[in-house]
This record gives sequence, C-alpha cells and structure tokens, in this order.
Amino acid sequence: MTDTLEKPVVVLVGYGMVGHRLLEALAENGAAARLRVVVLAEEPRPAYDRVRLTSYFSGLTAEDLLLGEEGFAERHGFEVRLGDPAVAVDRAARTVTARSGLVVRYDTLVLATGSYPFVPPVEGRDATGCFVYRTVEDLLAIEEYARGARVGAVVGGGLLGLEAAGALKGLGLETHVVEFAPRLMPVQVDDGGGEALRRTVEELGVVVHTGVGTKAVAVDAAGAVTGMAFTDGSGLAADLVVFSAGVRPRDALARDCGLEVGERGGVRVDADCRSVTDPRVFAIGECAQAVDGRVYGLVAPGYEMAQAVAAQLAGGTGTFTGADLSTKLKLLGVDVASFGDAFAASEGALEVVYSDSRSGVYKKLVVTADGALLGGILVGDAEAYAALRPLAGTGTPLPAPPEALVLPAGAGAPAALGPSALPDDAVVCNCHNVTKGAVRAAVAEHACTTVPEVKACTRAGTGCGSCVRLLTSLVHDELEASGVAVDRGLCPCFARTRAELYEIVRVTGTATHAELLDRYGREEARGGEGCEVCKPTVASVVASLAPELDAPAHILDGEQAALQDTNDHFLANLQRNGSYSVVPRIPGGEITPERLIVIGEVARDFGLYTKITGGQRIDLFGARVDQLPQIWSRLVAAGFESGHAYGKSLRTVKSCVGSTWCRYGVQDSVAMAIRLELRYRGLRSPHKLKSAVSGCARECAEARGKDFGVIATSAGWNLYVGGNGGADPRHADLLAQDLDDEGLVRLVDRFLMFYIRTADRLERTSAWLERIDGGLDHVRDVVVGDSLGICGELEALMARHVGRYQDEWAATLADPERLRRFVSFVNAPGVPDPTVRFVPERDQVRPDLEVLLSEDDLLRSLDPDGPGRDRTDRPDRSSDGAPGRAPLLEVRSR
Amino acid sequence: MTAPTAAPAASPAAASPADPGTARVELLTGGAWVPVCDWPLLTPGRGVAVLLPDGRQAAVFRDRRDRVWAVGNRDPFTGAHVLSRGLLGSAAGGGPYVASPLLKQRFDLATGVCLDDPSVRIPVHAVRVAD
Ligand SMILES: Cc1cc2nc3c(=O)[nH]c(=O)nc-3n(C[C@H](O)[C@H](O)[C@H](O)COP(=O)(O)OP(=O)(O)OC[C@H]3O[C@@H](n4cnc5c(N)ncnc54)[C@H](O)[C@@H]3O)c2cc1C
Ligand code: FES
Repeated sequence: MTDTLEKPVVVLVGYGMVGHRLLEALAENGAAARLRVVVLAEEPRPAYDRVRLTSYFSGLTAEDLLLGEEGFAERHGFEVRLGDPAVAVDRAARTVTARSGLVVRYDTLVLATGSYPFVPPVEGRDATGCFVYRTVEDLLAIEEYARGARVGAVVGGGLLGLEAAGALKGLGLETHVVEFAPRLMPVQVDDGGGEALRRTVEELGVVVHTGVGTKAVAVDAAGAVTGMAFTDGSGLAADLVVFSAGVRPRDALARDCGLEVGERGGVRVDADCRSVTDPRVFAIGECAQAVDGRVYGLVAPGYEMAQAVAAQLAGGTGTFTGADLSTKLKLLGVDVASFGDAFAASEGALEVVYSDSRSGVYKKLVVTADGALLGGILVGDAEAYAALRPLAGTGTPLPAPPEALVLPAGAGAPAALGPSALPDDAVVCNCHNVTKGAVRAAVAEHACTTVPEVKACTRAGTGCGSCVRLLTSLVHDELEASGVAVDRGLCPCFARTRAELYEIVRVTGTATHAELLDRYGREEARGGEGCEVCKPTVASVVASLAPELDAPAHILDGEQAALQDTNDHFLANLQRNGSYSVVPRIPGGEITPERLIVIGEVARDFGLYTKITGGQRIDLFGARVDQLPQIWSRLVAAGFESGHAYGKSLRTVKSCVGSTWCRYGVQDSVAMAIRLELRYRGLRSPHKLKSAVSGCARECAEARGKDFGVIATSAGWNLYVGGNGGADPRHADLLAQDLDDEGLVRLVDRFLMFYIRTADRLERTSAWLERIDGGLDHVRDVVVGDSLGICGELEALMARHVGRYQDEWAATLADPERLRRFVSFVNAPGVPDPTVRFVPERDQVRPDLEVLLSEDDLLRSLDPDGPGRDRTDRPDRSSDGAPGRAPLLEVRSR
Repeated sequence: MTAPTAAPAASPAAASPADPGTARVELLTGGAWVPVCDWPLLTPGRGVAVLLPDGRQAAVFRDRRDRVWAVGNRDPFTGAHVLSRGLLGSAAGGGPYVASPLLKQRFDLATGVCLDDPSVRIPVHAVRVAD
C-alpha cells in the first residue's frame, strides 16, 4: 500500500459516460479537491460519447467523441488508469485489485461498469465476422472487416440495432435487420408505429425481417461467417453479422464480492444509489438496478445517479428514484420518438392515434380522461417531440385537443404547441435534466441574452442536441417577456428570416423583391421601397436560385440591378474615399509569369496601389468607377476573370504546393484547389465563403480556418466545415474523411447548397453550424446520410449553377447597356470624379482623405486659378506611357 | 443658390413622365434648371451622380413609384462623394431614404436629415421631369 495521503479515497470502477459525469460533478461541486479519486478503466481511451458512437461512421474521429477536454483528469487530480480494469473487490479489506496487480484501498467504491451486449447463444456466434456494437474498438473492427464484405446483417431491430444497420448501410453493405418480435423497436413503439417505421426503414434500402429468430450463424471452413439460418427454416447469405439483441448489466465484479444483484442482473441499490448490501459501495449507470426495480439503459438516468452520488460525496444529499424512458432515434434519417407512458399502461389512459401508412407517419398520444398527456409515440414526423415530451406526466392538461396535435400540418387546423404551454417544472433538456424554470432563470436572473450563453450556464442542449429548438424558443420568449425585443425578422420590411424567404422564393417562384415585399413583407412595409438589408438579401437568394427561377443569369440584369449593394453594382469593392479595388481571380493561388506581369502593368498604368491578399491573390486599389471597364478589358483580354471579392460569394480556395513539389505532400492540393475554385466561383451565398486545400496533415493552407477546408490523407481527402479566422476564430469540424475526388466534390456541393438554403443573412458557416438544430450531426445526417432526402435536389441545383456560370466582367464588357453605369457623372460621362485623389506613400499611392474633410476646401483646391493645395496626383502613364501628373479635370480617353 | 443647411424640403417630381422616351430630368441649382439625364437612364431604387456647375455634386434617385429625388452626393460622415451609389429604402410611415454605401447612415430624401443622427443634414435639390 502506497496510500499515505490523509484524503478519503474514492475508487471508481469503469470510466464510461456515467463515470465521467461523476468526475465532472465532483470537480464542479468542489469535492474533487478533498478526495483522492482513483479511476480504473477497462477501455484504452478516456470516456467518450457512446450515445453518438455511430457518428464515427459519418466522419467524427474517436478523438472528437471524447467527453472531457484535454487535461481534464490531471487538472482535477483524478488518477485515471486506462486499460487497467478492476478484477476483484475485497469488501472486508476494502481493497480493489486491478489487472496490473495494483491494489487500492478505498473508503468509498463506485461501480460504473455499464453493460455488455447480449449475444444470443446461437451456434457459430463466435465466428470471424461476428461483432457487437458498443465501443470504439467494436467500430474499428467492423469498419476493417466491412472492407472485404458485401452483405451485413444486424440481429436485433431495436434502437441500437437500427443504428448499427444505418452504420452498415453507410459502409456500403447490403444491409438486413433481423428482429425476433413482430415489429421493429418493440420496446418503444406499438404495432402501428412499428408498421410505419418498417416502411421508412425499408425506403432507406434496409431489408427488414421481423418475427424471425436466428437459429445459427453459418461458417465456412476457415471459421468465417457465410450466412444465417432462421428458426422458420429460411436463411440469408451474409459476410458480416452484428449482434444487437439487448444489453445486460456488467455486475460480475459485484456478484463475485457478494453484493446483491437483481433477478435480471444489476447491482441492487437504494434511493441513494448505495448497494443494499454494503453502504460503502455505490453503483450508478447501466450496471445498477435502481430503487424502482429497473435497470436503465439510457444515459440521462445514469447522469442523474452520478449527480446524486457526487452530491453525497461532497457531504450533501442526493437521490435517484426513477426516470423517464423517452427516446428519439438519431440516425438513419428516420424520425422516431417514444416518451412517457407510450403503451398506455396507466389506469384509465386513452389513446389518440393518427396513422398514414402511405407516408409512413404514425402518431399516438396517450392522455388521461381529463386531457393531461401521459406519453406518446411519434414515427415519421417527430417534430412535436421536443414540445410534447416535457409535458408528459406533469398532470397539466394539454393546451390543445390531442386530435389537433397529431394531425399533420395543413390538415384541419393543427395546433402549434408553443413552449409557453409548458409548466416550469417540465424537463426541457433530458440529457442534463434542465427544467423550463431553470432556463427561464438563466435569462431572468443570470442575465443570459443568447442561446449559447444559456447553454453554457445551464448545460441544456449540450448533450444529444434534440432540445435546442425548444430551448431557443424558450429563451426568445423569456427575453421578450423581460422586455428585450427579439424580432427574428430579417429587417423592418420582412418579419421572416433569410432562410424563410429562400423557401418562399423556391416554392412560389417569386423572383422579384417588389413582389415579395408586397406579398410577404410586414403589413406596414408593403408598397414601400424595402431597405438596404432586404434588397441585397433578396438579390442573393434570387441569384442562388436563378437556375430554378428562370431569373436572369447576370446579377446586373432586370430588377436585380437595383437591389445590389454598391460593390455588386460596380463589380468592385468600394473603399473609403469612393474609389474601388479590383481583385482578379487567381484560382488556387497559381499564376503564370505572363499573367503576373499583366497585373503589374495594369496596376502601373492606372496608378493602382498593389497588395497581396491573405487568399493568395492580388488586390489593386484606387480605381475610379469610370476606370473599372478599362482596367477589366485589359485583364479579361489576358484571360482573367472576376474574383468576386465584392460579392457574398466564393472568394478563394487557397492551397499549399502539394505533392507535385513538396516532399511531404500526399495529394495534389493545387489541382484540387483549382478544381473547387472554378466549380464554385460566382456562387451567391448568405455570406462570403472561403476555402483551402492542404496537401498533407501539416496543413500549410490553413484549411481548418475556412468555411470548407480540405486536407489530404494518404487515402484521399478529409473535408472540414465551419471554420473561421478573423475576429471570431473557429476550427472547422470534420464532416467526412478519406473521400475520393468525386466524393469530395459531391459532398461540398451538398454542404454549400444546404448552407445557402438554411443560413441567416450574413451568417458565416461557423455561426450557422453552431446555431442550427442538431448542429454538425444534423448537417452530416442531411448531407452525408441524406436524412431529408434532398441531396439529389442540392446536387442538381449546384450542377445548374456550374453549367450557367459566366464571368460577370466579361459579360459586362460585352454589353453597352451594362457598361453605361460606369461613369462618375451621368451628365458628364467623360469626366473623372475630382474628389477621388491620392497622395504618395512608400512608392505607391494612398487615398487623400484630408481633401475630403471640408467641401469648401475641396472646391477651392479644384479651382485651376486658385492657390491650390500641394497634392500629388498619382502617376498615370496609361495614355503616353510616361509617368506624369494629369490635370485634375482633364477628360481622359483611353 | 441654396446654402446646404437651409435647403427647403424639396418636393419630388411628379410621377412618370407622359412620354418616357423623350423626357429629361432636370435639377434646380443656383437659380437655374440644370439637365441631369434622360429619364430612361434612371433605374427605380438607384441613383446617379451629377456634377454641378460650381463643382459640387448631387445624387439623383428614382424610387419605386417613379418619383425623382435629389440630394448632395457627399456623405457627411466620411467626406466621400458616394451617396448616389447607396440603396433606397423606406421606413414604415416615412418617405424614401438613401443609405450611405460606406457606413450605412440613412438620409431622408425629402428633407436631407440623417435618420440615424438628426443633427446631421445634407443639401436637397428640387428636381423635375421635363417632357
Ligand atoms: C450505439 C449506441 C447508441 C446509444 N444511443 C443512446 C441514446 O440515443 N440515448 C441514450 O440515452 N442512450 C444511448 N445509448 C446508451 C448509453 O450509451 C448508455 O446508457 C451509457 O453509455 C451508460 O453509461 P455507463 O457509464 O453506465 O456505461 P458505459 O458507458 O458502457 O461505461 C462503462 C465503462 O466501464 C468499463 N468497465 C466495465 N467493467 C469494468 C471493470 N471491471 N473495470 C474497469 N472498467 C470496467 C467499460 O469498459 C466501460 O468503459 C447508446 C449506446 C450505444 C452503444
Ligand atoms: S435533450 Fe439532449 S441535449 Fe438536451
């Protein structure tokens, strides 16, 4: 025994989700400092988010799934021994022995060993190619084996089985689900729900076999899986089998040391979560049988148990007496939710059912005779889950008749169930057990004014994310109630958001601002001019959807001409003295010496200030409106195109030099950057878009600071999204990995179009990802898993954008109508604007701002007969090839 | 010649000209009507810049209902002559305004008063559409 410390010793056996929650709670309530905490962990890695395990297949790495931030254990002094499970407990001596031989004496023992997957005792179950689905290691093994497999079968059609099926499908296998019960998810849904569920799952391309038992796994001579034999005599050829037939509490350690376990397993504990046999031992999470006699297979009840034990270890009190078994399936693109008394088991319970087998929608609400909600099942459309679940079991009558709540939107007068209907004690966030009252208090008492602040303050919404929408409307309601105006509308003219306008334009085909304003604007704004916010927004939406709308392809045609901000209007960037800057496109930052010389010559001839940008191109400053067409005719003649630096659109795709030259590079990052930049050039979006491609993990192109960044791997490309530099830096999140060229482009197509469709005005991808319901996981479900079934549409829209692309500057130069606007004065087309003046600095020019300070001084300085001020005009050798000073009011023609 | 701050609220020109093909827009400055441009050169919701005989500049706009407005082109917050490049808008219950393309301050087109800082005002000119 080396333990000479005075501090009481807590030994935690098992470092899974619930064990980690216990450690967090001990750190939060201060007990960590007064205790010595030793953690014996079987798995080789720190606790990770098992609930989101399947996200590994949609691009998250094992590291992304970790629950604690780096250095968590060290910071709080927790002694975590990874890969060193407990093998024996001696309760008399109060010691735990670990596999390494270490013996630790405890004052308090906490068991959090979780569950193990149950594998039915069928012949062949140990064959090569049979797996379970519980740990990261399981996933790695499945992924590896699936490479050589064609058909996969999942035994078990419950929550986890369907998740596993989704994963196999995602790995490209022909996927079968075999369920012994007559319906899928038998624990959560009834027959009607199961039928609707089956239909949707089948539509996802998964073959469903219900009412069949697995008799044996067929095995070849080498001991590998070749198929399955069923109890009804039929069979199925398969290369890979995943057992997902339920879990059993891991209570062997407890049994061996004489602790009482329940009939169907689980360490029996009292309301304090203490073993009924030994008060020095706690059991929490899936390995415990709670005081209500149940073993909970969900994470939220486990978290509550962990909180209760942490409170007691801190000297306070805490109990766990039972919890709600609500579930919402997260994967596969199927909406399934089941909550409260879903099977109408309570006395006097009534059922209200809506079922449409054609569309695979099934909704059932279980209510009391006086209309209070007890529970329900929602399949195919679980939209109402977030609002309904917190109401179940509260005894408060529903705010609308239950029939109205199950009808689909549009049929009859469906009741929109507002969050205002929830009582204060209703649990809004199930994952962290946060009530509506706590959310309101965060706003009213802790002065939180945004959803992210409330999330940080209450933890609500930081688990599975399914409650974020409800949370958002609660926070807004509360802010409104406390007098803070939260108008979610775009501007004083429209009460709708940009995303809503996008949908209106898309669905109704309304393609002009005037028409939109008069039909969908705020009452008081109809018939008016609109404003400087909604005009460019509508212009951008119309430009994004132009291929679908039959709208003009050029942003300066038709009504769009009047809606564009000055930058888009003159296809250049307005600078502080009224001059413009010009940025030709240099795709991927690759440029020939000849073109570089042309840029230099143009800059020299027009006296432009020249600066290299962060996006690997060249910005030319100080052009007057009337010079823009002249500058561009030279650039276009040399093969340059608009760089769209003026638009809310794709800026650059930066690249490192890649495998062609760099000895570390593993892919041709320059070629990919050029391909992406040429593909998405001109695409109008809610905000500017930046991108980069790095040729290896050294990341020289800084792709993770971009809206979409690509990093080469030896197997292909990893795609990161939602990064940002600037004032609000954010590292991009991994969306998918090891994509081939075509797969990468397809995914970027979908991602960008989904962003354009759903983002708010001026919302960068980083803010968008943090805001939208379900965050990155949701985006991944939509663009990788096609959970909304819109990927085809998104790709088609992008394809049409690409097909219709034209260089805006070349098209402008070709059209005298469009060129007409490029004059300084409508009544003196040849006269340059005399107020745009420059002074020298470091061998170049900079705007003369002093001249703008007073209008009278300016006029005096312009008077050729007056005393004049000592100003230098910039060198201008465009007409005679020699640098010189041009008289200010001279009309130049080149 | 109207002193900038003493400019009377201009009334906009009456709606669309009888013959848009030949109509011309004119602006009153220094006691004389100065030609601006032909009517078809104006786009509803946008402006053009006009160089006045004394070297000052004006911004002339056509609104959605085909009324024409003229104000000084100089943005008093930056000194840059850019107001003609701003977007038109209208506030509920108010007349049209132009938003500076630089820092987005809004100026009422009828009075020249800055809606975001009423102590600032830009000159206003009378305009007409002559057939
Ligand atoms: C794919 C999947 C999806 C899921 N989806 C959801 C969902 O949507 N919602 C939901 O609420 N729940 C879901 N769950 C269940 C959820 O993950 C569990 O409820 C939760 O992980 C339970 O936490 P725990 O700490 O009790 O057990 P675990 O997280 O399993 O942790 C137990 C840990 O103890 C270790 N251990 C066991 N024996 C020993 C020993 N002798 N010595 C040392 N260490 C030991 C184990 O290796 C493990 O690391 C899902 C589970 C899976 C597998
Ligand atoms: S319910 Fe899962 S995060 Fe709130």
